Amino acid sequence: MKISRTLLAQIHRHLEAGYPQEACGVMLGRDGVVTEIVPAENQRTDSAHNRYLIDPLAYLKIERDADRRGWQVLGIYHSHPDVAARPSQFDLDHALPCFSYLIVSVCRGKAVDTQSWRLRDDRTQFDHEPVDILD
Amino acid sequence: MAITITIPTALRRFTDNQSQVAVTGTTVSDVLRDLLQKHPLLRQHLCDEAGKLRNFVRVYVNDEDIRATGESTPVKDGDEIAIVPSIAGGIEPVITARAKLTNEEIKRYSRHLILPEVGMEGQERLKAAKVLLIGSGGLGSPLALYLTAAGVGTIGMVEFDTVDFSNLQRQILHFTPDVGKPKLQSAAEKLKAINPRLNFIPHPTKITSDNALELIKDYDLVIDGTDNFPTRYLVNDACVMLKKPNVYGSIFRFEGMASVFAPHLGGPCYRCWYPEPPPPGMVPSCAEGGVLGVICGIIGNIQANEAVKLIIGKGKPLMGRLLRFDAMDMTFREYKIPKDPDCPVCGKNPTITKLIDYLEFCGIGRGEAGGTSGDSIAAQTDEHLGPDDISVETLKKMRDAGEDFVLVDVRNPDEFQISEIAGSLKLPLPDLPQRFRELPQDKLLVVHCKMGGRSARAVSFLKSQGYTKVKNVAGGINAWAERIDPNVPQY
Repeated sequence: MKISRTLLAQIHRHLEAGYPQEACGVMLGRDGVVTEIVPAENQRTDSAHNRYLIDPLAYLKIERDADRRGWQVLGIYHSHPDVAARPSQFDLDHALPCFSYLIVSVCRGKAVDTQSWRLRDDRTQFDHEPVDILD
Repeated sequence: MAITITIPTALRRFTDNQSQVAVTGTTVSDVLRDLLQKHPLLRQHLCDEAGKLRNFVRVYVNDEDIRATGESTPVKDGDEIAIVPSIAGGIEPVITARAKLTNEEIKRYSRHLILPEVGMEGQERLKAAKVLLIGSGGLGSPLALYLTAAGVGTIGMVEFDTVDFSNLQRQILHFTPDVGKPKLQSAAEKLKAINPRLNFIPHPTKITSDNALELIKDYDLVIDGTDNFPTRYLVNDACVMLKKPNVYGSIFRFEGMASVFAPHLGGPCYRCWYPEPPPPGMVPSCAEGGVLGVICGIIGNIQANEAVKLIIGKGKPLMGRLLRFDAMDMTFREYKIPKDPDCPVCGKNPTITKLIDYLEFCGIGRGEAGGTSGDSIAAQTDEHLGPDDISVETLKKMRDAGEDFVLVDVRNPDEFQISEIAGSLKLPLPDLPQRFRELPQDKLLVVHCKMGGRSARAVSFLKSQGYTKVKNVAGGINAWAERIDPNVPQY
């Protein structure tokens, strides 16, 4: 996936502000280039330090809005507070194909590592995907 | 008018990029069936193996969630159905359970509690945590001591050995008065003295393919502190199958290594790194090659550190990374261990789905077991010996009867200074390929080392060079010292 330095910094700021809870949002764009991010509210108030959930209706609205404006949902970004930027089994169980899953490791409130992952079509695992940062 | 289903962006690749699909039917279940018939590739992502909608797939009819009424919800022409993924994910903590601390424990763990990364939550997780240590030797000793001190609530220990004098140089859980005691008893006494509230679960057994899953299944994580390949592969495979993190450590001479194997958390497993064991005997054990005692503390505590991090769910685990320590240069180097997609146990299409015979997998027969399976000398009687083996009792009889044979000692020169069986010809194993012609072909050769492992390799080498009359002394000079000549020191 490709993303501008400015947008990536916005993602980092959003996720750092959410620390020590997990925070998440949706990435919009076209042809693998992220052009807009939509921060979402983490609905998992019961276990927000290790889970995120975007309300399906809120997500439906984001998709419809993107469709209307001619953008695509390219993927989801979320934080892993104090742990590595690798997808967990829980991430795998809930993943969708064709999306970029951008995971940011936020340690002690600082975004320290950003990695992107894509689900294999057979759902068995994620594959690492390079993140191209555009100036 | 037809019924339309809106497809989420992520799944449009499976509907020829259509965002809406026209379907027919009178219930949600009908229209979903129709949709999957038109676009069968959707099935894998919408439904689980049992054919049920995946738990993150929501269906809305005219923006109403049908969860209450289920798939039998009626639909009619003109309805708009939307399939909406509930976007979810998150970290998989190794431990979610927490156990309340008493006031005494709050005092005891105050230096942890004031660390924001540990805090009450982390300390309560430590108390709820159940950790299984495989072995209570060099690595198991510091691990058990520090994990107990750190407040881990339950520690299980798999160990069948008794404390030997040669353990005391590095196995700091055991003291001189403990020599001869079962290690589990010695461990329980020390650990209970540190923390009387510790739930210590002794497993007085050898871990095998028959009991490994049963032993491991109730623990949250496993720490492998063993010194042999069959157990290492066994523990790895069992942990992968049970989705338990395996904190690995190993030591040899002046070096140590550590890593965390946890494919279910996104990392590799031991087999991703080493798909196959080295040929038996190529990597000597600590009993053969020696080990600097203090290294056990360094590597064991790196393992303890990783275990604590996994339990409290903080920090960057040593996953996908191998840390290698060199005591002589005093360097730590880090190597990447990539996850192998074709790994036979944690890969895409695993070929090993149940535990196998690990002794056979590692090419270890009876005669060689002593050389690769760590510190214990199996007391071998003649009926348990391999065809090329003789017992120390037989060797004694042959010597007493004045039989004509050559006793060959294939240990290293340093070891000749520790002990010897008088009259032996000294020919260190590494020199054997260059010097074997010094040995007579027409006489019986009886080969020994410390415990029987290296001499077994010498025997098979000599046989491959055409020597027909060669025997291996099972148990080596240590068995000789134990059962024949108490004046010879054991080491």
